[in-house]
Amino acid sequence: MHSTFEYPTYAFKRPPEMDADHNGAAAKPYPLIIVGAGPVGMAAALDARRHGLPALILDDDHTVSVGSRGLCYAKRTLDILDRLGVGDAVVHKGVTWNVGRTFFGEREVFNFKLLAEPDHRRPGMVNLQQYYLEHFQVQACERAGVDIRWQHRVVAVRPDDAGATLDIETPEGAYTLRTDWLVVCDGARSPIRRLLGLDMQGQVFQDRFLIADVVMKASFPAERWFWFDPPFHRHQSVLLHREADDVWRIDFQLGWDADPEEEKKPEKVIPRIQAMLGPDVPFELEWVSVYTFQCRRMARFDHGRVLFAGDAAHQVSPFGARGANSGIQDADNLMWKLAFVIKGLAPATLLHSYGTERGEAADDNILNSTRSTDFITPKSRTSRAFRDAALQLAQHHAFARKLVNSGRLSVPTHHADSPLSTPVDAPYEGWMGPGAPMDDAPVVHEGQPAWLLQHLGGRFQLMLFVDDAAALAPGRPSAGARPSPSTAAGLHEALVGLADSAVQVQTVVLSATPIAAGVAAHWRQQFDAIILHDHKGLAAGRCDGRPGTALLLRPDQHVCARWRVLKVAAVQQALARATGN
Amino acid sequence: MSLCLSPNFHEPGRRDLRDYSAGDEFYQALVQAHHGLDDEQSLELNARLILLLSNHIGDLAVLREALRLARQAAEKPTTA
Repeated sequence: MHSTFEYPTYAFKRPPEMDADHNGAAAKPYPLIIVGAGPVGMAAALDARRHGLPALILDDDHTVSVGSRGLCYAKRTLDILDRLGVGDAVVHKGVTWNVGRTFFGEREVFNFKLLAEPDHRRPGMVNLQQYYLEHFQVQACERAGVDIRWQHRVVAVRPDDAGATLDIETPEGAYTLRTDWLVVCDGARSPIRRLLGLDMQGQVFQDRFLIADVVMKASFPAERWFWFDPPFHRHQSVLLHREADDVWRIDFQLGWDADPEEEKKPEKVIPRIQAMLGPDVPFELEWVSVYTFQCRRMARFDHGRVLFAGDAAHQVSPFGARGANSGIQDADNLMWKLAFVIKGLAPATLLHSYGTERGEAADDNILNSTRSTDFITPKSRTSRAFRDAALQLAQHHAFARKLVNSGRLSVPTHHADSPLSTPVDAPYEGWMGPGAPMDDAPVVHEGQPAWLLQHLGGRFQLMLFVDDAAALAPGRPSAGARPSPSTAAGLHEALVGLADSAVQVQTVVLSATPIAAGVAAHWRQQFDAIILHDHKGLAAGRCDGRPGTALLLRPDQHVCARWRVLKVAAVQQALARATGN
Repeated sequence: MSLCLSPNFHEPGRRDLRDYSAGDEFYQALVQAHHGLDDEQSLELNARLILLLSNHIGDLAVLREALRLARQAAEKPTTA
């Protein structure tokens, strides 16, 4: 078959533990070992490095993912990949799209735009073959000093109260490693999960899908096209996505009775694609597979010193692009917590919140992808009649368009009931309350255009809204007896108060008016504070940030508290709560 | 009052982050209500359901408009 991508081969390197002069298992344990060098495992490793931890990945393969597989990367994932240093590479190589079209028979019944609001750095969705994402992540891991050990297969795991012991097989023999913490990102079939005898619960769908990567110079726009019952593939559904390098991804629903081996044969696949594209469109096949899917999850993701993330912990149907996206969000949720625990800044019980928050996200993803699957593949004549009725009415009526469900695309879960969140002191407009992932906004940083999210993440941060940056000029006398944090004296007092917090917190001031360069530099040099000009008022609008409003953010950019009136003691209490202390 | 044709699924006191959630929840409940029934039983369930909802709406002008739109689709098949 044609190939637009040359698969790298990552060499096996003999680890020091295999040599006789090394103490082997008796040596000091690794603080952290990650199993699986896929998108989730490498996201976890890169985040670990950002938190100053050493990161070691064991992977049984020697290259990246074969075939496009995880294809759509959602805005929230791109925001995370930005922090991990691969966002630009993914966006530049990938295909940005915002429009989805849905067809029923020969007619388009409706279309949607993903990003209703402008003024976000990243688009709603970028399509990129999974092998490119992994390739960029491997490069980032090399830059960040992540030790990826290729062709290292874990064949036994012995967890205990203090960590886990791993027996590993390599092309040059076996050895043993000891780790304090084990993060398992070894995919849907998760050998580690099986070795530990842990179950998944959920639903297997009786349907098969043919998935093909096709190379062609086509005039289709960069949009998601979904067909119910198209003339070229009667009674089934078809999904078309554009990828990088003039590669197009086509998913054909086949039904449960299809023979997967037969359906993969080029003589079977090519006529299907030709019927769809028309007789005159030349194309070449790049990769073909037949898949089934399940919607299921582990009862819990945190098992003492062993933590599961991504497909190893939960699986969804592909409609909605909720697989790789949720896995990368798992890593983002987990790694700051694990770093706090490893550094002794938080008790190990903080990791329960990883299980509850990402369990909530998995339930949300399973619910939405199950509903999509039930709409796409009706299980009875009656449900097919309802589905077709919704599609017919959707051509004329807005209410029915909202019911048409060809996949509810990946969006981040707001952890509204998180144990790490502090109740608010006053009502607020919009969605930026405890549990929400912070929304982006264009800002100006020391005279340069920037994005809010570029300045957030990696540590606890306190966003503080002020209406007049001139009041922050140091040396100005405070107006009242008790200075508000919107003045230089008040901000100084708050920053001094927060400086002795057990958990470090950086202050990010959002000013409604421009900031003099010297003023921003003063707060940066004296207190490591960031002063941003919210020049379009969008950060204030999206956060309902009035003068004096403060929001406390976790290292994963999720809000964990907000106040109309800032009190240092309240911030310290909220920090303790957010770190499980 | 005229027949509402814009998205209208909702629940008092509930604020959904996503505009499709309430409709998807209804749709799931609708399909679930038919679970385990054969085609004949499903047809009967739908008949009962329509009578219940029609009485709740009550307004004959609204019901006539809904009947007209539902019938229209049957007479102009939109897929070949």
